[in-house]
Amino acid sequence: MDIAQNILLTIMTAATPLLIAAIGELVVERSGVLNLGVEGMMVIGAVCGFAATLLTGSPWLGMLAAIVAGALISLLFGVLTLSLAANQVATGLSLTLLGLGLSGMIGESFVGSAGIKLPSLSIPGLSEIPLVGRLVFGQDPIFYLSLLLTFGVAWFLFRTRAGLTLRAIGDNHASAHALGIDVIRIRYLAVMFGGACAGLAGAHLSLVYTPQWVENMTAGRGWIALALVVFASWRPWRVLGGAYLFGAVSIGQLHAQALGIGVPSQFLSALPYLATVVVLVIISRDRRLTLMNTPASLGQPFVPDR
Amino acid sequence: MKKIVFALAATLTMTAATGAMAEDKFKACFIYVGSKTDGGWTQAHEVGRQYAQDKLGDKVETVALENVPEGPDAERAIERFARSGCGIIFTTSFGFMDSTIAVAEKFPDVKFEHATGYKTAPNVTTYNSRFYEGRYIIGQIAGKMSKTGVAGYIASFPIPEVVMGINGFLTGARSVNPDFKLKVVWVNSWFDAGKEADAAKALIDQGVDIITQHTDSTGPMQVAEERGIKAFGQAFDQITAGPNSQLTAIVDTWGPYYEKQIKAAMDGTWKGGQSTWDGLKDGILAMAPYTNMPDDVKAMAEETQAKIESGELHPFTGPINKQDGSVWLKEGETSDDGTLLGMNFYVEGVDDKLPQ
Repeated sequence: MDIAQNILLTIMTAATPLLIAAIGELVVERSGVLNLGVEGMMVIGAVCGFAATLLTGSPWLGMLAAIVAGALISLLFGVLTLSLAANQVATGLSLTLLGLGLSGMIGESFVGSAGIKLPSLSIPGLSEIPLVGRLVFGQDPIFYLSLLLTFGVAWFLFRTRAGLTLRAIGDNHASAHALGIDVIRIRYLAVMFGGACAGLAGAHLSLVYTPQWVENMTAGRGWIALALVVFASWRPWRVLGGAYLFGAVSIGQLHAQALGIGVPSQFLSALPYLATVVVLVIISRDRRLTLMNTPASLGQPFVPDR
Repeated sequence: MKKIVFALAATLTMTAATGAMAEDKFKACFIYVGSKTDGGWTQAHEVGRQYAQDKLGDKVETVALENVPEGPDAERAIERFARSGCGIIFTTSFGFMDSTIAVAEKFPDVKFEHATGYKTAPNVTTYNSRFYEGRYIIGQIAGKMSKTGVAGYIASFPIPEVVMGINGFLTGARSVNPDFKLKVVWVNSWFDAGKEADAAKALIDQGVDIITQHTDSTGPMQVAEERGIKAFGQAFDQITAGPNSQLTAIVDTWGPYYEKQIKAAMDGTWKGGQSTWDGLKDGILAMAPYTNMPDDVKAMAEETQAKIESGELHPFTGPINKQDGSVWLKEGETSDDGTLLGMNFYVEGVDDKLPQ
């Protein structure tokens, strides 16, 4: 039965960076801002986390550095799109380009260095319980953080006044502005939260998933996180479901291949994406419900008239 | 969306890479599909370029352009090099084949060298490395070292080159353990550390105790190190990622070939329309030190390597059956190069259905 636990652990590890990055982007998009630079912020988080870990010797400081780096680079996006009202799609795409290029430059001297893994939780007695011990009590700290983040964001968005304000801005920034809400300030905070989450997701890649630095190591995970937000129709718990579904199918297909079941591997490799499309179709069959969840002013620049 | 990003990225890199050039030096140019510091395929070419530059010194100027996507962008990048006065251009990915041929037609005076392809022209020569020789050796080591008699193979794309590697590995393993089995997982990517690591975990969970790969990152090596099993490095010595795991690595050493070809282009002895396919004996590939294994296994590996280098042993020597049990090579028969370069079938013992 150890194999079942191993498979579940692998799935959770694969889903965690997607979940964290997507939860961050969800908050950004709920505030009405579309930041397509998730991939770029993630890869910056990965390289800064790795570099800081090697320089200080502490993966905890590395994790912190990744969060800060992600938030800082998202601030650049904030200045351009919020203060200067630049096109969000174009700015987001260039943020990805910038992130990929800059990370390569920062990381050049760290390529091939042996990384330090963020230590996993280990509680004597509890972590050794058969079947569930390592799943519940033996994972890496970022995994627990990802669940905490999902819970926190769900609670914040739908159970607090501040969350209501954020959603109101996302739905109609002009009305929110008329009510005296500082739209730009709150959007800045949302964008930086998204950046910090993307940075943390990157740190998970370079400090837990595969503790090393290689260029482009995010390999498109930022884009998948973006898709997950739409997939989840901007609901936090659905993001969690989507990330785990995606993780389960992508790990499951590797096991199916290793078993040699004779299904073409190209089909198996496409399976996670196919599953995403199918679920997306099922979710969006009711157009009214979908529109209700979509932040209405998503992607539109806001210039307060003075 | 990703495509747009890469296209933009390539344009940016291109503008950055073409600076002022001195006109009197002979110029040798390199096009890479990946990053110079990928720790695998492209880095091996970059090391080769630096080697040639060091050896040839002041007489030559070498220029490299990295992260060039295969397709129309590649053609533009190659053409740009051809216009900027490059005497010889090395295009270092299989997918650059058609672009190389197309540009070569327009620039008959420029010399082109394409890695791992099969199309040549009066001014295009191809070069490749007999990686399967190294795969045979690591297969033999796996055959000796594995307790379960099953190895795991993380594969990229089902092209002949990769299938040849899988068959070479298994043929080597079966030469010392006739019942040896191989599980194959295709990740459909050359470079995705996370996915490669996941594939390694899946294989280990299903009972393999040795893994090898035909993908470019050190992800699988790290998993092997963590789980305490053995593995082989790919394209580059990956010992830092797996100090207790790496048995050896197949290391691409393009340097001497680049030096030779640039020199030939300079003194006018370069020939087009050639297909060079060198192996261990020519020094185009090498084995990293044999580590983490008992002395007798090491001795066997060294002996096999010596036999391959001297030409005494061809890895694909019969009797070898195809996967379905039919005869491929009869006793004592060796495979011709054409079959190897177009390989589209597995040998007996592969626990996988070849994607067609």
